Amino acid sequence: MLHTEIAIIGGGPAGMCAAIAAAGQGARVTLFDRGKKLGGQLVKQTHRFFGSEKEYAGIRGIDIAKILCDEVEKNKLIDVKTDTTILAIYNDGVITYEEGKNYKRITSEKTIIATGASEKMLLFENNDLPGVYGAGAVQTLMNEHGIVPGNKVLMIGAGNIGLIVSYQLMQAGVKVEAIIDASPNIGGYLVHASKVKRLGVPILTSHTIKRALGKESVEGAVICELDEKWQPVSGTEKELDVDVICLAVGLSPQSELLRHTGCEVKYVPGLGGYVPMRDGNLQTTVNGIYVAGDTAEVEEASSAMVEGTIAGLSAAESLGYGKNISELKKSFISDLDSLRSGAVGEKIRSGIQKLGC
Amino acid sequence: MRIKQHPVLTSIVKKEVEFTFEGKTYKGYEGEPIAAALHVNGVRVLRHDHRPRGFFCAIGNCSSCLMEVDGEPNVRVCVEELREGMVIKMQEGKGKLKGGEA
Repeated sequence: MLHTEIAIIGGGPAGMCAAIAAAGQGARVTLFDRGKKLGGQLVKQTHRFFGSEKEYAGIRGIDIAKILCDEVEKNKLIDVKTDTTILAIYNDGVITYEEGKNYKRITSEKTIIATGASEKMLLFENNDLPGVYGAGAVQTLMNEHGIVPGNKVLMIGAGNIGLIVSYQLMQAGVKVEAIIDASPNIGGYLVHASKVKRLGVPILTSHTIKRALGKESVEGAVICELDEKWQPVSGTEKELDVDVICLAVGLSPQSELLRHTGCEVKYVPGLGGYVPMRDGNLQTTVNGIYVAGDTAEVEEASSAMVEGTIAGLSAAESLGYGKNISELKKSFISDLDSLRSGAVGEKIRSGIQKLGC
Repeated sequence: MRIKQHPVLTSIVKKEVEFTFEGKTYKGYEGEPIAAALHVNGVRVLRHDHRPRGFFCAIGNCSSCLMEVDGEPNVRVCVEELREGMVIKMQEGKGKLKGGEA
């Protein structure tokens, strides 16, 4: 059986930063990803990032992926296993995985779980028709594979993802008929909303989708207004001529592997649902199991990168590596605080507070 | 439809390959997900499970896109890479293992 000092599960922004941070202190790391290449969901983010320079602000996600991949690949202390799916984490510390078509086992001193999140569904009639796609799926098809999802899109959700993906659809030459959101307010940043509004896309707040139209695939959508109690207003139904319905209604932490470890989780809606309890080092209630990124709480890739770094440094420190790690960690913890400052970070701040850590 | 012009993305030359879907020959790029190659050829219905189903997440999470590829059922075609000569079939229900009983 193989052995590694730090096993990191998930090669997205959090996992790659964790690997770089831990190996930077001298620890031997094995980084696992089920995809053919590292990068996670950064590989489809064609927009420039916010935040500070340290979190690559002003650089497009696709380019951040390249920077981090290069750094991981040139580090001899990091063993990268792509096309590898972790199957289970057992109580005795054995991690089983499928590498290509082979079943294998490995043990580790410390494990960092950075498995990301998955897209949420929305309840409406015909929501299973082909042509109802997650916003992330639309980004993958368009920005990674260069294929447009259709001709006319109804975007559901006026949060940052809904707004950014709408803009990216227009960059690819696709018409966005409307962006609707059940909330009376636009959830995303004003700068993103203004950009799509200037291009003539209506953002309809207090609106929801009633049903998708079509037999074999999406041929239209029926939307309606909601009153102040979020109930459909009769007589406001409107049919839209669209062939794609794009859902940008949030993400849920992908915590299946986390649950294998038996760590304590708590339901905090503002963080995306069931999320793991963790200390300031991002260690869960199970000794030696750390979390970082969307698995810990659904947030931005920028904070996922900082969390990855903190988890990587903490795991390396606990193995006795490095000098002045606590000083270094402090600076990253303050970076994380500043990413979560202001009105936009309120949901995360209060969520973390509810978590009681 | 493939994107021909884009303000951010630059296209790289890819190798074209042939594959069949439901007995008909189509063209796609080697290494792109099967679901992407089908989508660009106008195929959005990938399987029937009492109702027509297509892909939803496109990253291998949700299993909405299961198809029969080279006789193997339940292949997640949103992440399975396209290769020359692949035989791709619409999956009915849970699919047939190597052409056997469903």
